[in-house]
Amino acid sequence: MSGLKTNNAVIRWIEYRLPIFSFLDDAVGSGYPTPRNLNYWWNFGSLAGLALVILMLTGIMLAMQYTPHVIFAFDSVERIMRDVNSGWLLRYIHMNGGSFFFIVVYIHIFRGLYYGSYKAPRELLWILGVVILLLMMATAFMGYVLPWGQMSFWGATVITNLFSAIPLIGESIVTWLWGGFAVDNPTLNRFYALHYLLPFVIVGAVVLHIWALHRFGSSNPLGIEANGPQDKIPFHPYYTAKDAFGVGVFLVLFAAIVFFAPNLFGEPDNYIPANPLSTPAHIVPEWYFLPYYAILRAIPDKLLGVVAMFGSILILFVLPWIDRSPVRSAKFRPIYKQFFWIFLADCIVLGYIGAKPPEGIFLIVGRLATAYYFLHFFIIFVLSYVERPRPLPSSIGEAVLKGGGAAPPAAMAGEKA
Amino acid sequence: MKTLTAAALAAVIALGAGQAAAAEGAALPKYDWSFSGVFGKFDRAELQRGLQVYREVCSACHGLKYVAFRNLEALGYSEDEIKEMSAEYSVVDGPDDEGEMFERAGRPSDYFPSPFPNDKAAAAANNGAAPPDLSLMAKARPGGPDHIRGLLLGYEDPPAEFEALEGLSYNLYFPGNQIAMAAPLFDEAVEYADGTEATTEQMATDVASFLMWTAEPYLEERHSMGVKVVLFLLVFTGILYAAKRKVWSDLH
Repeated sequence: MSGLKTNNAVIRWIEYRLPIFSFLDDAVGSGYPTPRNLNYWWNFGSLAGLALVILMLTGIMLAMQYTPHVIFAFDSVERIMRDVNSGWLLRYIHMNGGSFFFIVVYIHIFRGLYYGSYKAPRELLWILGVVILLLMMATAFMGYVLPWGQMSFWGATVITNLFSAIPLIGESIVTWLWGGFAVDNPTLNRFYALHYLLPFVIVGAVVLHIWALHRFGSSNPLGIEANGPQDKIPFHPYYTAKDAFGVGVFLVLFAAIVFFAPNLFGEPDNYIPANPLSTPAHIVPEWYFLPYYAILRAIPDKLLGVVAMFGSILILFVLPWIDRSPVRSAKFRPIYKQFFWIFLADCIVLGYIGAKPPEGIFLIVGRLATAYYFLHFFIIFVLSYVERPRPLPSSIGEAVLKGGGAAPPAAMAGEKA
Repeated sequence: MKTLTAAALAAVIALGAGQAAAAEGAALPKYDWSFSGVFGKFDRAELQRGLQVYREVCSACHGLKYVAFRNLEALGYSEDEIKEMSAEYSVVDGPDDEGEMFERAGRPSDYFPSPFPNDKAAAAANNGAAPPDLSLMAKARPGGPDHIRGLLLGYEDPPAEFEALEGLSYNLYFPGNQIAMAAPLFDEAVEYADGTEATTEQMATDVASFLMWTAEPYLEERHSMGVKVVLFLLVFTGILYAAKRKVWSDLH
């Protein structure tokens, strides 16, 4: 009980029988003490939650109009775009919502990498985050198949075929995934069923993620634990107000894309109905899969390519044990900070290479970038032993409030880091 | 280190651009469309001319199956004009009470009938390459309307060393530079109802614009709603920022 005080008799009556108000207050209200120095990079968790809600609401409404059948799927999407009231808006929100979900989640992940948010005692929080990322990827991949355009079909063919690289049982697994001997109606049907199911699994994982978060509370830009009440402020109204502002900025950018460039993230080929007899010149996945696609194609051996591709995400599971430095925040780790930015650049290069044909200079750069991706984790392992971190402040309050009356607002101090 | 990365990145991008140009045909000429930009709207006269080009030229081989005659109201036609226009088409309907399919005059609720009964028939009649349906063409190719316009204007004499395959035409902007469609437009191919001079360029522009409408019929609604939504969100976000400042002001 967070000491919830209210004069409202109805709330008191319900609270006595079902303490849901104090539960919410403890989760995202005045009963949840939060470090006072969180900067705007800490906004992206709530934004990811918002993106998930937007996707689920528009998705449920689209599902009422969509037909999961190879003959009707493409036409039913066009019917949504043309004849369903505001159908074009629903679909463009859903389509771009996927991209924005990945944008905010990737920023959220890189924030975690920069500030060492994955370190003890938040390892499980981090691991649940990686689980959410994997679920998102599966959901997004299957969702992209549903319009049954050329990229839907060929993307599904290429990605499901990856499992054939598994020795002995690979071919059987692919047949099992397809529900037949090619990507066809059974594949579309099961992808639709799973695309509807998985977001609810994501919600479950998000609940666990937030549960784990509340065990020790948010980390913070300094990466030191809060010592006492002077280091913390209640989540509401401070971070509800700050998150609300972040939501505003997010929605402005989101609306700008939905209304003025709704096909920016899409491939023109997906407006061509799927044709199993005609392969597109370049099969490219959605932009958020491009780095993994680059890793896959960098390795000449199919099985090793698949292993490397999945390994590039699975390695994140053990990151808390690779990086052994006791200091969390890159703010106090001058060398780690450099390697963080190189790693980010490497991921962007991989994304760029993923969109290009695997030949000539692209293949060479793709291989170097892939090698560096994995090398990075070795580097930070070594770094955690050899790097000499800068001295840590003794408390959040000291770092934030030093300088007396003319101190800048807490958030700004963190941002300058 | 950072400069090195940046230099490497720039080199990759430059190389990539060069390679892409070779594989995808020449860079498309950019046209200043009335519908581009945040406040962009369709030009009704342009759309009507484009419809005329589609009906008199393209429709001989290309379908427009996602567009119903009733949709043409958006081009500025009256209900009666649409009834008249749709009645010029004959549509297969049925089966009737005897179980027979029959032909009848089109109605506004009908969709543009495709010129071939199926893709195989379309391919058989066209040297093996089925002419694609045009409803979504303006979104189904990189460059969209610029691609359509460029393609229609890209028929040229091939360079001396270029050998086109039997039955294919040289086209500056088509990937691979040879296309199964023979040049469809020539000056005065149609006689515009509004008296506009029907140059090849005029027709290519008009029909590309029309096909942008068929691909994105709600573009105008999208733009005008978008302006309102973004303006509202900007103001609202400003208020949220002020609220955040106010809430945080008591912390220090």
